Amino acid sequence: MLKRTSLYAAHQKLGGKLIEFGGWEMPVQYTSITDEHLAVRNAAGIFDISHMGEVTVSGAGAVEFLNRTLTNDIRKLTSGQGQYTLMCNEGGGVIDDLYAYQLSDGVYFLVINASRIADDVAWLQSQAAKFSGELKLTDASHQYAAVAVQGPRVPEFINAVIPGASISAKRVNAVTDLKKNEVGGFHFEHGGVIVSRTGYTGEDGFEIVGSDEAIQHVWNKVLEMGAPYGLKPAGLGARDTLRTEVCYPLYGHELDENTTPIEAGVGFFVSLDKGEFNGRAVLAEQKANGTKKKLVAFKMTEKSAPPRPHYPIWANGASVGEVVSGTQSPSLNLGIGMGYVPPEFAKPDTKIEIEIRGKRFAAAVVKKPVYRKV
Amino acid sequence: MSNVPSDLKYAKSHEWIRVSGDTATVGITDHAQAELTDIVFVELPAVGRKVKAGEACAVVESVKTASDIYSPVSGEITAVNSAVVDNPALVNSEPNTGGWFYKIKPSNAAELGALLSPEDYKKQIGG
Repeated sequence: MLKRTSLYAAHQKLGGKLIEFGGWEMPVQYTSITDEHLAVRNAAGIFDISHMGEVTVSGAGAVEFLNRTLTNDIRKLTSGQGQYTLMCNEGGGVIDDLYAYQLSDGVYFLVINASRIADDVAWLQSQAAKFSGELKLTDASHQYAAVAVQGPRVPEFINAVIPGASISAKRVNAVTDLKKNEVGGFHFEHGGVIVSRTGYTGEDGFEIVGSDEAIQHVWNKVLEMGAPYGLKPAGLGARDTLRTEVCYPLYGHELDENTTPIEAGVGFFVSLDKGEFNGRAVLAEQKANGTKKKLVAFKMTEKSAPPRPHYPIWANGASVGEVVSGTQSPSLNLGIGMGYVPPEFAKPDTKIEIEIRGKRFAAAVVKKPVYRKV
Repeated sequence: MSNVPSDLKYAKSHEWIRVSGDTATVGITDHAQAELTDIVFVELPAVGRKVKAGEACAVVESVKTASDIYSPVSGEITAVNSAVVDNPALVNSEPNTGGWFYKIKPSNAAELGALLSPEDYKKQIGG
């Protein structure tokens, strides 16, 4: 039985086309992936991200525990700030990628991938069992719904949706006073909302977490108040094309337990100098000596069908790797993707070929992100 | 509400066929294009290729996925529509007319009789 978010009825009402994603029944699109994608790039869009998981970690040992469990240095955060980080196994393989927020001193809020909630929580609990410090770890995924409101015009209406100053975490006079990666708690109907200036689209925007009732209310208000600015509800299809254009990894595609953050090109979020943490030995070795595979972004340079996951990547007449994400870019109107290749083929402008249904088509490695706002 | 023209016959797999003399034109239905949305690529069979009824002989790709197109009847491909290769969105805008895929010379007239009537196809797609 697929799980449904508290916005399920809203998706049905809007004619959303529902698909399975990570055990959830989610809208892949309402009208058209391309239209929804372009609405987010040029104006605004709202996504249901209630399927994502939330874990709270608190107590005197929280900082030490998180710094042993996650790759980024949690000590860089002050209250009201968040960071992208990864959770690795002992071999440096990625268990999940996530956002960690410091809500107040010793109180952390982790936002994790829907498809990884069970694995993440089991891993965190097994790590906590070995940890001697004072720690409270709670899987709060069932308590929260969430939406992402993304796009260049969002700042024009978001303060009307969630009016007033924040009351916790980052203290600001209005939602739009939050800076990138900052998080604030705001008064709202049904117990308040947690708002962060983050997203998964490459656009400015906010992610809003709260109770089912609060988020239903946010959803309706955003649709109403955003409409004059060109806001559209957007599904997972547009979410995937938007993140692919800006080369954000998606767990299960760019990341898995057999792939390290160094191989995936997110070594910036690995703090080797913070002390011991899971996977550190392997990650330090890879950072010093390089890796056998590297994640690259590419563009098709010849007319072809869109590249798709698992299509072989060829270079110098040999199959050298595999596509992990691929699509027709709605912004660039050409085939784009990401894939793993040996490091000798990872330099921008390297000529490669993508095998599509038995035929090879010309492509070129490009610098990430594939799409850059002009 | 899908447009299901009364002068066409339909395959369960959402292709239509229009018979004219000893050749027939094949495309995908309005319902199919609406389900696929945003068609960004069309791959057509080679002219002269012999296909069997139910054989995958073309590919249509939306932003999200690639879908096979199955020939409603057996026969030889006699022409393909280069307009949909150049402008795949034509399949979305004119599925029953300008967005046709290929022409085929059917080799087994009995297969035409086994296809769905417009009424039966309407029932299949629930409307």
